[in-house]
Amino acid sequence: MKARAFSYFRATTIDQALEAHARARDDARFIAGGQSLVPALSLRLQAPRLLIDITHIEELRGVRREGGTLRIGALTRHCEMLSEPLIAEFAPLLHAAAPFVAHPAIRNRGTFGGSVALADPASEFPAMTLALDAEIEIAGPSGRRRVKADDFFIDLFETALQPGELITAIHVPLFKADQRFAFDELARRRGDYALVGCGIMATCTGDRVDDIRISFFSVGNTPTRVRGAENTLLGARLDAERIAAAQGVLEGDLAPPDSDEVPPAMRLHLARVLLGRLLGRLGEGA
Amino acid sequence: MSTPLTSLDRPNSYIGRSVPRPNAKRLLAGRGRYVSDLKLPRMLHAAFLRSPHAHAKIGSINTEPARGVEGVHLVATGEDLAKLCTPWTGTLDHFKGMTSAPQWPLPLDRVVWAGQAVVAVVAESRAIAEDALELIEIDYEDLPVVVDIDSARVAGGPLVNPGSANNTCFRSQLDSGTVDDAFAHAAHVVEEEFTFGRHTAVTLEPRAIVADYDPAAGALIVHHATQTPYQFQDLYSRHYGIPEARVRVIATDIGGSFGMKLHVYHEDMAVVGLSILLGRPVKFVADRMESFVSDIHARDHRVRARMALDAKGEILAMDVLDLTAIGAFSTYPRTSVVEGNQVIRLIGAPYRFRNYRATLEVIFQNKVQTSQYRAVGHPIACAVTERLMDMAASKIGLDPFAIRAQNVIPDDAYPQTSPTGYRFEALSHQACLKRLHEIMDYDGLRAEQADLRKRGIYRGIGIAAFVEITNPSPAFYGVGGARISSQDGAILSLTPSGEVRCMISVTEQGQGTEAIISQIVADQLGVAQEHVKVITGDTEVTPHGGATWACRGAGIGGETALQATRALKRNILEIAALILQEQPSALDIIDGEVVDAATRKPRLPIAEIARIAYFRSDTLPPGTQAQLTVSHHFAPQGYPFAFTNGIQGCVLDVDVETGLVKLLKHFIVEDCGRVINPMLVDEQLRGGIVQGLGAALFEECRYSDTGQLMNGSLADYLVPMPMEMPDIVIAHVETPTADTVLGAKGVGEAGTAAASACVLNAVNDALAPFDATINSMPITPAKVLKALKRL
Repeated sequence: MKARAFSYFRATTIDQALEAHARARDDARFIAGGQSLVPALSLRLQAPRLLIDITHIEELRGVRREGGTLRIGALTRHCEMLSEPLIAEFAPLLHAAAPFVAHPAIRNRGTFGGSVALADPASEFPAMTLALDAEIEIAGPSGRRRVKADDFFIDLFETALQPGELITAIHVPLFKADQRFAFDELARRRGDYALVGCGIMATCTGDRVDDIRISFFSVGNTPTRVRGAENTLLGARLDAERIAAAQGVLEGDLAPPDSDEVPPAMRLHLARVLLGRLLGRLGEGA
Repeated sequence: MSTPLTSLDRPNSYIGRSVPRPNAKRLLAGRGRYVSDLKLPRMLHAAFLRSPHAHAKIGSINTEPARGVEGVHLVATGEDLAKLCTPWTGTLDHFKGMTSAPQWPLPLDRVVWAGQAVVAVVAESRAIAEDALELIEIDYEDLPVVVDIDSARVAGGPLVNPGSANNTCFRSQLDSGTVDDAFAHAAHVVEEEFTFGRHTAVTLEPRAIVADYDPAAGALIVHHATQTPYQFQDLYSRHYGIPEARVRVIATDIGGSFGMKLHVYHEDMAVVGLSILLGRPVKFVADRMESFVSDIHARDHRVRARMALDAKGEILAMDVLDLTAIGAFSTYPRTSVVEGNQVIRLIGAPYRFRNYRATLEVIFQNKVQTSQYRAVGHPIACAVTERLMDMAASKIGLDPFAIRAQNVIPDDAYPQTSPTGYRFEALSHQACLKRLHEIMDYDGLRAEQADLRKRGIYRGIGIAAFVEITNPSPAFYGVGGARISSQDGAILSLTPSGEVRCMISVTEQGQGTEAIISQIVADQLGVAQEHVKVITGDTEVTPHGGATWACRGAGIGGETALQATRALKRNILEIAALILQEQPSALDIIDGEVVDAATRKPRLPIAEIARIAYFRSDTLPPGTQAQLTVSHHFAPQGYPFAFTNGIQGCVLDVDVETGLVKLLKHFIVEDCGRVINPMLVDEQLRGGIVQGLGAALFEECRYSDTGQLMNGSLADYLVPMPMEMPDIVIAHVETPTADTVLGAKGVGEAGTAAASACVLNAVNDALAPFDATINSMPITPAKVLKALKRL
């Protein structure tokens, strides 16, 4: 299939991009890596009048430390999650998740900001912003604002972004010496959308869990933190018994949707298996 | 250390040598010319509006708004094209009693599967054509949908073809020996019901066609990404009433085919009609979504089978029922019943039991057609047979190798006729079994498996023996009335510079046909391979023939080239003898030089013979007419098919918590007779195995209960990918066929034939400690978890 005809505008500043969107009376889409938008255009699932290319906006680029956080520009490509030393050092969970994001050709073009903005519930990075307690930096017609990842994902492909708003950067707290992380996913083929996936950030004193954020993807309409399981683990050691307890409460945290291939009970089962394996790794000091 | 010289060390000895494909560099450099690349002057683009319903009556069609779109040249319905094109029916006479409804390029009053093309738009660009499609309104009236095999067989249930008695396309029965008696007296009986999902070819290049009708000449040129240009020349000629000589089909470079590109597709027939209506070239390239709902699918079988054995594990009898659903029509012109027919005839083929009964029932349903796809029927026959072998072995307490060694037809017992009527010239099951045991290090694997189980790692080891049908004679299609040739033709010329041009009817879709033909010609004539140019795939240039399918390119096309080359060599030596005043029998050709046959002393370059013959014929003796172009046709005689055989093995781990299967290593020992190019043979095997592994673990066209394809995209339909593929170890046994000088049999389907059966056996082997069995492919995590009662 071929896309319907559209106009194209290349913005070089955020203001230009926002103005163009407003002028098109919101019948416009921002395009960066295009790894989800272009197929949607070709399939005519989306047919905006105007595409606003934001890849030439300098302010959206770059990864740098800002105080206690790492500011990851929205245009940071998936492949840079693998190659950028600041990410490997200060946001190792993103570094660990990146090889699971699709395939090299897609990682070369797809952007972090684009992935978070789309909020595909089966994508790795949106879920990792939850585990990382990240903040999403947004520019829009009514100015700049920041939204906690916990408040950002609302429903299927629905986020706190308002029409005409644009993600400019994602702020991630710097990884600390007393923290541990784990990431994995179960998929039939490497690079596919996972049957279920999970990333965990934990802060520990010795073997005791002081804080833990567990975020699943491919389990529902949004990336999902499992607070019941997290609470089970707070203040505890990651031994077999406690891990089993966390697996046991997962049913209350997740309500997987029905699908013709993966019934809800199977997805829940796989989530339990994955959680057990990841917590086991964390317990070993991974 | 120096190795002894072999026949391969002779100059120009190419048969048996791994030489690169002459066209590989061109394709890798991006210089391929595919139909999708083709741009003709005044060319327009077609797009099709497809039915969203699996079964519905077509009411009114409003095309007016679409016709008004700027850049649209034509909007055509079924009625418009039916005025030009006669309908076709996908039946063959030798399948007694089979039925199928007539088909037109676009439907006249009813749609019978979701995705069927209904209206065509031709426009300046594909995008404009799609804009226009959005404006077409069709009133549909839903009809009851027939989706699964069971509901299709319910008496008085909904019918795919209203007015017919039932949804049966074809029934066939085989019965030889005394089956009931054998089961009554058997020491052991094993029985299972197997299901095999629908899957599809997913070629890298989708279907593509440019039809170019010239009304002034009354001539049609079709650039068509097809395996079988001659078949389509015939069909376009007869269905559109254009004399055959004025229809030219050109098959350019083709990006994969696997049997999918030799069937008549409604869109392709429509595009020819659209070009006739417009008098302009019209192009259609199926996009990936269209491919999933309109390319042929394959498999979709449910087989109930049982096997009777004596106390020692000798097979006494098999009894089989194969139900297969083929979509709403039988495919034209090769039908959709060949797969089922081959399933029931290949079951049990490696083994020597005599009592066999099988019933085949081919059923219509509201889905896209199924038809011939790589290894037609083989994977199903192989999986059924080989799983029952393992079940029997386990019941009797025999090792899988032992029970097979006990039951295969011995290598020295040929010729043999199978209980299903197949005649085997010479197979090598015993030699292959022995070789597989060695290359797998089978005993080592079993020991490792036992150790791993103690540590909670569930490794599975599986083997599967197979027989493959290759080199089909007219018994395959010709006897059924199909105008599909089983012979091939070649035209061979010595050029004025002393090079060779070979125009041959077999075609190239990426498997290296042109490479092996150039090897055979160079070898047989005695010239360097780079001096042989092979031309394929143009009905105006290459002689009529069967082309490339059913593993016939090397065996039949190769023999054609061999015979043609020998004829050309005789003619060259005749002229050489006149010039040198020798007897032709005293001369030979080596490395482009006529030599003294006894001493190998060079006498005259063949380039000099060409020069004299083409430019100085006045210097030849009066009455000499040099014949430096020869033509030759070859039709297989003797055995109706050249059967091949082999055995595969695989090793894998099953994650019993997640149901995921990890393939670790795959093995094959294969006997395709004379190996012409070991590298190409090995890559055919590897590619075939990967397609079989796809069927085993990943590929399935999943439908909703309303007949909608649920996973018609590459995000959802899982093709096998490199990360999941194991290393593949290959070994050969060579039993050439005596029916030809060349001795080559086919090899393209051997990998696919048994790879999935191997995985099925290995997964069941891994699950053995759990009292869990799998009898359905693809083997998904859900099926494994269910078998393990974890779901």
